[in-house]
Amino acid sequence: MATTTHGLGGLKYDPSRRARAPEWNVFFALVGIILIFELVGRVFMGDSFLFNTRANVDTLFNEQRLQIIILQVSITGIIALGVTQVIISGGIDLSSGSIVGATAMVAMSFAQVAMVNGNPNPKAIFAAQGWMDLPVIVPVLVGLACGAAAGMINGALVAYTRIPPFIATLGMMVTARGIAKWWSKGNPISFPTDAYAAIGKGMMPVIIFVSLAVLFHLILTYTRYGKHCYGIGSNEQAMRMSGINVEKMKVLIYVIAGLLSALAAIVLSSKNLTAQAGMGVMYELDAIAMAVIGGVSLQGGRGSIIGTVLGALIFGVIISGFTFLKLDAYYQEMVKGVIIVAAVVLDQWRQKGRARG
Amino acid sequence: MSDIILETRGLSKRYGGVHALEDANFTLRAGEHVAVVGDNGAGKSTFVRQVTAVEQRSAGQVFFDGKEVNFTGPLEAREAGIETVFQTLALADDLDVPSNLFLGRELYKFRMGPFSILDRKAMRDRTLEALKTTAVKIPNVDNPIRNMSGGQRQCVSIARTAAFASKLVIMDEPTAALGVQETAQVENIIRGLKERGIPMILISHNLRQVFDLVDRIVVFRRGRIVASLNKHETDGNDIVSYITGVKGAETADA
Ligand SMILES: Nc1ncnc2c1ncn2[C@@H]1O[C@H](COP(=O)(O)OP(=O)(O)OP(=O)(O)O)[C@@H](O)[C@H]1O
Ligand SMILES: [Mg+2]
Repeated sequence: MATTTHGLGGLKYDPSRRARAPEWNVFFALVGIILIFELVGRVFMGDSFLFNTRANVDTLFNEQRLQIIILQVSITGIIALGVTQVIISGGIDLSSGSIVGATAMVAMSFAQVAMVNGNPNPKAIFAAQGWMDLPVIVPVLVGLACGAAAGMINGALVAYTRIPPFIATLGMMVTARGIAKWWSKGNPISFPTDAYAAIGKGMMPVIIFVSLAVLFHLILTYTRYGKHCYGIGSNEQAMRMSGINVEKMKVLIYVIAGLLSALAAIVLSSKNLTAQAGMGVMYELDAIAMAVIGGVSLQGGRGSIIGTVLGALIFGVIISGFTFLKLDAYYQEMVKGVIIVAAVVLDQWRQKGRARG
Repeated sequence: MSDIILETRGLSKRYGGVHALEDANFTLRAGEHVAVVGDNGAGKSTFVRQVTAVEQRSAGQVFFDGKEVNFTGPLEAREAGIETVFQTLALADDLDVPSNLFLGRELYKFRMGPFSILDRKAMRDRTLEALKTTAVKIPNVDNPIRNMSGGQRQCVSIARTAAFASKLVIMDEPTAALGVQETAQVENIIRGLKERGIPMILISHNLRQVFDLVDRIVVFRRGRIVASLNKHETDGNDIVSYITGVKGAETADA
């Protein structure tokens, strides 16, 4: 055993026996769940969950299923990246789903074509103004601006009034959903330009999700913003005493969460080729659940992007697994609920285990 | 007067109906080390929080380094040159030791506003150096400080203050949780500050330590300054009678 005196003051410390990163536990849970589906599938369905069983396809894994697993959690996954930062800093964001709805409506209005099959676009919102066939950058920027504005309001409420994040973002949740419905009086908005439709095509949501996950992993690990997120979540008062502008940081964190929700809205409306006022309902809970399952502590201060990505994958595997076992969607919802509660209980246990005396 | 580094006039703090600090007139000269003593709840930490602008005072004036100051927050106090070990330590439990040492004044490889990239290696190296001066035993500075002992955490906070000391150092019960060896080492750090001519306010319940280290002793009692005594003109019993109220019923200026 390589016991050396790395420690300050001559304490023994064996670097090879460092505490295992909590992300490994999430990873093992993911592997365990996959194994369960594989086993149950083999025994009861006579089919494999993970591996390819079709003779006419020449691959080891069931690639179609693997793609679906990650594709179906990519969009909520993008939201979860922002939610992760909010929770690490000791907050919560209930408004993401509604921001998705409102942003999708607004962005899509600026992404419409003028002519559909030779006729004027029947659903054009800005036909009178002639704002159609705009370059794709316009709806994207308008959408991001919506998300940033909503995030700014969330952040300002949380930081500068003493409203708890739960209430402040609940207000935004209701308001943004109202805006989504009011925007086109409840009508769906359709017929985007080809360029806009390309944003969420095929595996694009996965590519966007993974790139953003890498980006925010680096930001949380290597930048001041990341350090201060964890710091504020673990001891806000200490951060203040150390001269950190906690209020400004909080606004920035909620703005980033808002931007990520907006991005999810753009990808989603592009993928669906339409925007509806009800888009993104309950997404906030899925996103929070992904983070919590991934080991992000609701008490703040702990968690990581890697954990959240693993949490998202667990989500995807469970949904696909239930479809694979031909179980009803009702069961999915119920099991999702149970898993979320279990993850929170686990977090509480961990807290107790490391409570300071 | 230019050799006065810190002066408070009529400094008061009320929490609702509680007069935690009343009419504190306190002066600290350049290079001087002063101890603040008093019973629990006497208002010592409250005094520190007003001077460092962690809280906004209810009344009074503060002069620092020759000018009247109205710090709006602890950052301004720190930028003016006041380094403090707070009684609550002001550490973020989920961050590792280097992050805590450099909290709010990180070293960067590359500056990009809030997304500036941290120079983790430089911070770690300088942390190890700073901690050596405290003789604290820390098995792994890369662990979050949550699981560290009270003394280890205290040493992190002291190392931070000592490493960045510039115009004034305030330590609120810095050795409260420390063992014999670590206490001796921290006392050496304080002597080092004295040699460097850095003025200091030391809050301590340990009268032996106070007599060893400082020039002057200021006694707080029930939110008021009741005595300011030159170390050579007083003794332990005298101090205790001020602390307990046997002596010095009315407010004194320090
Ligand atoms: N935020 C607050 N709200 C209400 N009362 C407070 C607050 N902070 C301090 N007090 C009260 O002010 C008084 C002075 O407290 P302070 O912390 O300054 O005492 P202290 O002299 O530092 O004591 P100790 O030696 O125990 O650290 C106490 O009676 C305390 O209860
Ligand atoms: Mg105190």
